[in-house]
Amino acid sequence: MAPIIETQKLKKTFYIGEIAVCALRGIDLIVEPGEMVAIMGASGSGKSTLMNLLGCLDQPTGGSYHLDGIDVGGLTKNEYADIRNHKIGFVFQGFNLLPRTSALENVELPLFYDRKRRISDPRRAAVEALERVGLADRLHHEPNQLSGGQQQRVAIARALVNRPSIILADEPTGNLDSHTSIEVLEVFQELNDQGITVVMVTHEKDIAAYARRIVEMLDGLIRRDELVSDRRWARSNLKRTGQD
Amino acid sequence: MLQLTNLVRAAIRGILKNRLRSLLTSLGIIIGVSAVIVMVGIGAGASQQIQQRIASLGTDLLMIRPGALQRGGVSRGIGSATPFTFVDVDELKKRALLVRAISPLVRSAGQVVGGSGNWNTSIEGVYPAYQYIRDWQLAQGEFFTERDVKSRKKVAVIGQTIADELFAGQDPIGERIRIRNTPFTVIGVLKTKGTSAMGHDADDIILAPATTVLYRLKGGIYVDMIYASALSSDRMYESEQELTLILRDMRKIKEGDTDNFTVRNQAEITEMASSTSEVLTLLLGSIAAVSLLVGGIGIMNIMLVSVTERTREIGIRLSVGARERDILLQFLTESIMLSSIGGGFGILLAFLLTVGVNRFSNLSAVIQPGIIILAFSFACLVGIFFGFYPARKAAGLNPIDALRYE
Repeated sequence: MAPIIETQKLKKTFYIGEIAVCALRGIDLIVEPGEMVAIMGASGSGKSTLMNLLGCLDQPTGGSYHLDGIDVGGLTKNEYADIRNHKIGFVFQGFNLLPRTSALENVELPLFYDRKRRISDPRRAAVEALERVGLADRLHHEPNQLSGGQQQRVAIARALVNRPSIILADEPTGNLDSHTSIEVLEVFQELNDQGITVVMVTHEKDIAAYARRIVEMLDGLIRRDELVSDRRWARSNLKRTGQD
Repeated sequence: MLQLTNLVRAAIRGILKNRLRSLLTSLGIIIGVSAVIVMVGIGAGASQQIQQRIASLGTDLLMIRPGALQRGGVSRGIGSATPFTFVDVDELKKRALLVRAISPLVRSAGQVVGGSGNWNTSIEGVYPAYQYIRDWQLAQGEFFTERDVKSRKKVAVIGQTIADELFAGQDPIGERIRIRNTPFTVIGVLKTKGTSAMGHDADDIILAPATTVLYRLKGGIYVDMIYASALSSDRMYESEQELTLILRDMRKIKEGDTDNFTVRNQAEITEMASSTSEVLTLLLGSIAAVSLLVGGIGIMNIMLVSVTERTREIGIRLSVGARERDILLQFLTESIMLSSIGGGFGILLAFLLTVGVNRFSNLSAVIQPGIIILAFSFACLVGIFFGFYPARKAAGLNPIDALRYE
């Protein structure tokens, strides 16, 4: 099977006035289907920048990026939008839900912009996505009526609903307490067990240990890339804290 | 392309989700639109009132006065030439073909006693034709006749003000009044005309046969001036010419000599007054323009202030796969809906305010359809532009930049 993500010498340079800042200095990364990868690194190491490039939220200044076999480099703005819609589910640190809008409508949003109408019944698909993240009883709640963990699960449901090739999560647990973080990680692990590829960014070793593979970045380059030897399981950890 | 129904639904949702902003935006449009419509309406109403008052003088009115006598290049001022007599009036009446009615005017004034009070007023001695020339309607009773004029009968038709002052609610018909100690019988009451074009009370007047006033009240043989009405108001000039020629002939003025009388028509007076009302309309129009501008700036402010929240929203939409066009269409639809709803309510409010102004104040407002269209489209354009412009800026950003926008 072809890799979902394949980057070669991916570069990103920001210009702040006259000063050029090299955030990424040549990233070679391959992610195979069914993987769960954690990208780690200190702040400023370029991990979020990489994530935005992988999520087609931003364009690289050099190198190449193939997503699910498609060369993303030569695409127009509209094609970029369609790739975001069809291939990628993005989960943000700050949830980024539409305010004053119910969970259900938030999850439906990507389907609204699906030109191909691959999913015939958007309402049912949204309900199913929310059931998958365990929010079947919160369909009509608005973001301000939900806890942080619940909001993040709505965001995950929104990322799922278009049946993307990959789910990208940028510090998905960054705004959550440790218990809620593990709950969110449980959702990711479950989805991954069902065959969905997940790439997430974190700066915490504890969080990264829930992935199958850890890619560590430093100063815009990959410094270490290894499988997790002692993987953590969210479900068993939750049981343990529940017993405490 | 997204379906139109989906777009409209998204726009309605957008409007309802941001209730306060939607309300403030439409409030700006509502106030802007209604202020302009009412303001210009009041201006138009005022100038219409002025026109009506002038028309109340009679639109086809011609006034003949004895003019300046000139001898040897020395002008001796108005009234210095021989005034007119009843004989002149009757001869003019016989010879002028382009004149519908003609009447002398003998002016007098004095204390009137009768009923339960007394009043100082002006008395006009005229022919029955004067009623038509000046378009006086009767509220009660009747006007005097040619026979009353011939027999110098002491009858009077009184204005509404006189009726109120002397008889205060009682029926004045058949009552006796004394004008400067001469007894008259009241045979009619004029319908009220309100304030005259020159600003005095048009109803403060007594009309009586010209002969009676001249011979029994005033004395002498001359009338003050002659009123005539042209056959039609668009043949005013011809009537004026005819009267001038007849009078020159009657007075044996040689060719080349100047007239020793003047004939003036209503059009000259109308012109004077309409230039006044034009200034008024201009003034109110510019106030209206300022309020429309202020309303527009209000709309602009609210639209621009909401940009942060909206930019994040646009970022979210872009990040889940919306194209630039989708965003633009959604926000355009939203702005158009908000502006036109606001504009519609503005027009509605303007109608209500106009009714209120007409009922509860002395002003009269007339709604001008042209202004409705102008105000509505200006407010809508401002609303749409400033609702659309921030969205256009944000939709062109990278999703990640839109999301990070502060």
